[in-house]
Amino acid sequence: MQGLLAQGISVRYGARSVLAGLDLPLLRPGEVTVLAGPNAAGKSTLLRAIAQLQPHGGKVLLDGRDLAHVPMRDRARLVGFMPQSLPAGSSLVALESVIAALRAGETLGARQADAAAMAVLDKLGIGSLALEPLSALSGGQRQMVSLAQAIVRDPRLLLLDEPTSALDLARQVRLLSELRRLAGEGRIVVAVLHDLALAAQWADRIVLIHSGHTHAEGAPEQVLTPRLLAEVYGVEARVERCSRGRIMVLIDGEHAPA
Amino acid sequence: MSDATLQLYHRQGRRNALLVGVLGLAALAALLLDLVTGPAGLPLADTLRALAGGEVGRGTQVIVWEVRLPVACMALLVGAALALAGAEMQTVLENPLAEPFTLGVSSSAALGAAVAIVLGLTLPGLPAVWSVSGNAFLFALGALGLLQILGRIRGGGPEVLILFGVALNFTAAALLSLLQFVASADALQQLVFWTMGSLASAQWPGVMLIGVVLAVSVPFSFRAAWKLTALRLGEDQAKSFGVDVAGLRRWTLLRVSLLAASAVSMVGVIGFVGLAGPHIARMLVGENHRVFLPASILTGALVMSLASTLSKTLVPGVLLPVGLVTSLIGLPIFFALILRGRRR
Repeated sequence: MQGLLAQGISVRYGARSVLAGLDLPLLRPGEVTVLAGPNAAGKSTLLRAIAQLQPHGGKVLLDGRDLAHVPMRDRARLVGFMPQSLPAGSSLVALESVIAALRAGETLGARQADAAAMAVLDKLGIGSLALEPLSALSGGQRQMVSLAQAIVRDPRLLLLDEPTSALDLARQVRLLSELRRLAGEGRIVVAVLHDLALAAQWADRIVLIHSGHTHAEGAPEQVLTPRLLAEVYGVEARVERCSRGRIMVLIDGEHAPA
Repeated sequence: MSDATLQLYHRQGRRNALLVGVLGLAALAALLLDLVTGPAGLPLADTLRALAGGEVGRGTQVIVWEVRLPVACMALLVGAALALAGAEMQTVLENPLAEPFTLGVSSSAALGAAVAIVLGLTLPGLPAVWSVSGNAFLFALGALGLLQILGRIRGGGPEVLILFGVALNFTAAALLSLLQFVASADALQQLVFWTMGSLASAQWPGVMLIGVVLAVSVPFSFRAAWKLTALRLGEDQAKSFGVDVAGLRRWTLLRVSLLAASAVSMVGVIGFVGLAGPHIARMLVGENHRVFLPASILTGALVMSLASTLSKTLVPGVLLPVGLVTSLIGLPIFFALILRGRRR
């Protein structure tokens, strides 16, 4: 069975249950899936659980293999993870940090790793930052470097936690079109996004997560409806169709309970 | 464009390798300087001839081979061990202040020494000359073991370990004060030198011991260099790169414990080197652990060797405790380096 299947995912922080048996639909190769939902809904936790960075209950199957039982090194080849932010204090240069993403897990020759890391930075349009220390980069630049770290191992599954949060408009488009391209090559791409306009434009599928459950899922036009947005975010929303059939979500205010 | 950048990157790599080489040469030069200074006032030529195995008087032979060389080698190796321990601790505990001294390893070792000196409690079967160092070693190792166990029970990350370490430091220091309070004047004298760090009692077996511990642990450190580098990007990142972070942390702390315990059990409490060695190395070559670790080792060796020379020459005719020298002279230099700002 091709694709990513996450079932019955549950995570507790102490006494607090963050995810209580959450199920995701089967996410197929070639698709970009956006996880959306209010703060503290459990989106990041779900992403970390899928990446096996977070102890959890339930099963995560990638192409039928249980990721929890895949050895770490192999998993690093299968799964790329982009965190919300990279630590700001490191004096590693951007290129070194991407090389580390290649050489920390497996024994790879220096020449090969250096060239591969440089190629990824170039592809993302940040080749000119290669020799800058991470501590000298802006938040958005660090985010692009972090994306480079996530994709340099050429993973089958790409998990991204708010990848656009610090990016300017041009970089948002660059990152998202890169994600589209990566998905087009047969990868599974899952990103947490807060910006529903971006989600509507770039996602094949949106999963609305609300208090630890999958509240709704489907194509953007199925999920981004005034009713669902009111239920999940508690906002008064209008959904408009604009030119090129695009969906715009306009928020008028907080939802007044009926 | 990208080829040019890669070339530039490789040039930086060569520059860093060169810097490491220069540090190594400087450490060797410091070792020589350390060897030719001393209260005996030997002519330089005689010292060098004695080192080369040439024909010199019996007295010169003894002073160079049995007094100066073990002390000088001990300084070099202790500096190297403390700085490597500090560098790896700072990385795996994700805290720039971590080092054997701040985590209570040094004060625990001092406490162990005090127990042997003041109370006469030692391990049965240990030769008398080794009783103090043996106790210090056990206490230092015990302190780090306790830290790891406490950390495991609490299940917290590195910040919990750091807090425990600081608590341990204060506890050991308080118990040490208690022992000093009840100690006889004679024992107190011995203890003072121990808590201030001293190379004076360095002998070949001790030098060998540290040498062996370093020789065994350094290859493992270098092999883990990329993993440690990845950890500088955060625990999640390192894990997603395929690094077994828990295992890395456990093994690194074990290595570091052996290094720190053997170093402090030979020379007593020596602050600054474990903290500043890695920081100076970082300013020079950055954080890629493939160069950062060797640079830390050599910086520590260099600093400690210079401190050893200074401890003999600062006050003519008096051998100062080397721990005092590292703290008094080293810290201002360290501050100056920080204030000057990072090079890269």
